[in-house]
Amino acid sequence: MKKFLRSEGMTKLLASLISILAGLLFGGILVLIVGLTSGNIGFSGALEGLQLIFAGILSTGRDAVGTLTWGFNPSSIGNMLFRAVPVIMTGLSVAVAYKTGLFNIGAPGQYLMGTMASLMIALSIPTSVVPAWIVWTLAFLCGILAGALWGAIPGLLKAFLNINEVIACIMTNWIAANVVTWAFEISPFKNNVESTKLGYILKTSYNGVQTAKLGLDSIFTGSQINAGILIAIIAAVAMYVLMNKTTMGYELKACGANRHAARYAGIRDKRNIVISMAIAGALAGAGASLYYLSGNTEFFWNTYQSLPGEGFNGIPVALLALNNPIGVIFSGIFMAMLDIVGLQLTKLTAYNEYITDVIISVIVYLAAFSQLIRLLIGRRQQFKRIPDKVITAPVDDKKGGEKK
Amino acid sequence: MTFLIQQTLLYAVPLMIVALAGVFAERSGIINLALEGIMIFGAFMGVLFVRMLSESAVFAAAKAAGDWMTLQGLELIAMLLAALFGSIFSVLLAFASINLRADQTIGGTALNLMAPALVLFLIRMIANQNTLISVDAASWFMVKKTLFGFDRTDDLGFFGNTFFDKTYIATYICILLFVILSVILYKTKFGLRLRSCGENPQAADSVGINVYRMRWSGVLISGALAGMGGFVYALTTANCTANGDVAGFGFLALAVMIFGNWNPLTIAGASLLFGLFKCIAAGYGSIDLNGDGIFLLKDIGISPNLYRMLPYIITLIVLAFTSKSSKAPKAEGIPYDKGTR
Repeated sequence: MKKFLRSEGMTKLLASLISILAGLLFGGILVLIVGLTSGNIGFSGALEGLQLIFAGILSTGRDAVGTLTWGFNPSSIGNMLFRAVPVIMTGLSVAVAYKTGLFNIGAPGQYLMGTMASLMIALSIPTSVVPAWIVWTLAFLCGILAGALWGAIPGLLKAFLNINEVIACIMTNWIAANVVTWAFEISPFKNNVESTKLGYILKTSYNGVQTAKLGLDSIFTGSQINAGILIAIIAAVAMYVLMNKTTMGYELKACGANRHAARYAGIRDKRNIVISMAIAGALAGAGASLYYLSGNTEFFWNTYQSLPGEGFNGIPVALLALNNPIGVIFSGIFMAMLDIVGLQLTKLTAYNEYITDVIISVIVYLAAFSQLIRLLIGRRQQFKRIPDKVITAPVDDKKGGEKK
Repeated sequence: MTFLIQQTLLYAVPLMIVALAGVFAERSGIINLALEGIMIFGAFMGVLFVRMLSESAVFAAAKAAGDWMTLQGLELIAMLLAALFGSIFSVLLAFASINLRADQTIGGTALNLMAPALVLFLIRMIANQNTLISVDAASWFMVKKTLFGFDRTDDLGFFGNTFFDKTYIATYICILLFVILSVILYKTKFGLRLRSCGENPQAADSVGINVYRMRWSGVLISGALAGMGGFVYALTTANCTANGDVAGFGFLALAVMIFGNWNPLTIAGASLLFGLFKCIAAGYGSIDLNGDGIFLLKDIGISPNLYRMLPYIITLIVLAFTSKSSKAPKAEGIPYDKGTR
């Protein structure tokens, strides 16, 4: 039994790793093709791009001669961990909903609502009156609450009116984009102080509110890292415990496996759908809070035509982790690493950061049929494990083949 | 009023054609969540063609000679190319969801992530900025009254001003295509077979219809229409530029499709309604309904933000009332497996 579980876990991990590798390879091939066809990059430039795609996180820039140098780059790794925070949270959001049978494509909207609530709280309560840490906590909680409320809407629509949650989520995403734009448009928090930052909301550090660094910035010098990554890891562990060790988690998963059977067993399925979406929304909202309360990030408020990428990136993060909360930590960090790699590519070569988005999309595409990949790996292992059966039953196999 | 009708049409027509794209996919049993991505890709390919064209000799000669017919022909070729590449892009969705029986929602989401990433990557490589511009192409393709031999100052009357001056031939071609394809979907053998695969593929298979082939054609037609819709959107409302974004039009088209209950006639009505909202939100400050110089909508003082979100709110409300009697294809989203009953 234990061996079986281990092998299943292994195939899952292997399937994810194959998706990642295939995505990176596709990105590498694209870089090579573009490099070789465009005159000003050439073979050496393409080769540098290829190296950066696979190991960009270890790049330390170029030396005096102009060749790429490699090594431990504290600012890159610190920034990676910082950027991992929102995608880990939205990844958890998608994963938890997926475990309960719901596809939460509404993470961008929930993320926006969380952004709005926490920024407004953090900027409106003067820290000269209330201690900054109380304002921070309040803003964080309000971000969670706003996300949860926004997530509960598609949940309610699904549970009581039987509206497909994917459609409801897409609609609420765009409603959120407009609500947030509207709210900030009439708010006094627009950055009118720095002339180059028009269109952005003030940083929360303007009001003295920012996430504690806990000395992490002295390890990863020159990076934006703060305690947010610890909170994200705690959230992931909490979700793991909730889903796997509590009655509530069991009920949620039962609803996801078979809603009607769950109802027959006495589980209140409608309530669980709403709760699941609210938890998912809360996680996405918390991710937005952690990102924007850091004090060194700015929010572009006129966002009615676009949705935040962090929200959508929760989908690949969750899929890559096969919806395991602990796995989300690692896949989230991997996504953030790709982000940093993209920036390195832009900085050091003629390529740009969008190549990493292409890689992510290829990974998601492959994750769509990860079931198939898993099946293929599983079949091969089966053959390896029991060769006797293959030998004893070749005649049947042939017959089956002829029939087709 | 002329302005209002023209602008509404500009927004409504891409919506209509892309919503029909959604219908073709879903009627064959495949949820096409990738409409947005395919639009982005089609728009990029069309604009890229126009950009390359604008540097070619044919275009310069036609422009210099005022040869409007050639210019309109080139516009048509650009539309066809956008459709072709939309179709090619949708192969990814068709292959994953039909042959590999992958999760259609995730596959569509992947394409939605892929299109803007790929397009922005290529635009950056080509133009070294985030927007691919084809200088003034939109105005050369525009049909003006001088084209019909009228003078700049001539008044064509309300009808003429609205439908023959400052319009795009693409708009009318899309309307024509919409009608033809709706008829094909409902009045031909092919259409009936396609729809049967979205309702009960097992039954369709039992009478000798190739479900896989029908679903492939559904998705490919869907991709072609969405790609063309993307280019028409970029040409008519975005001044023939591509920036890896169609402002959520693909998702809005999805809403229009559901709002229209998967039925072309109601979809046409719904897209006009949504187009009107888009038009009001975009130009509410300059809409003069009865020509008396009073901008009524501006004076009411309702924020354009409200107009912008109204289509989505209305869709949710309509869904709330109609989801119980929804006419969604019964087998949509379920991979076809010959073995199941």
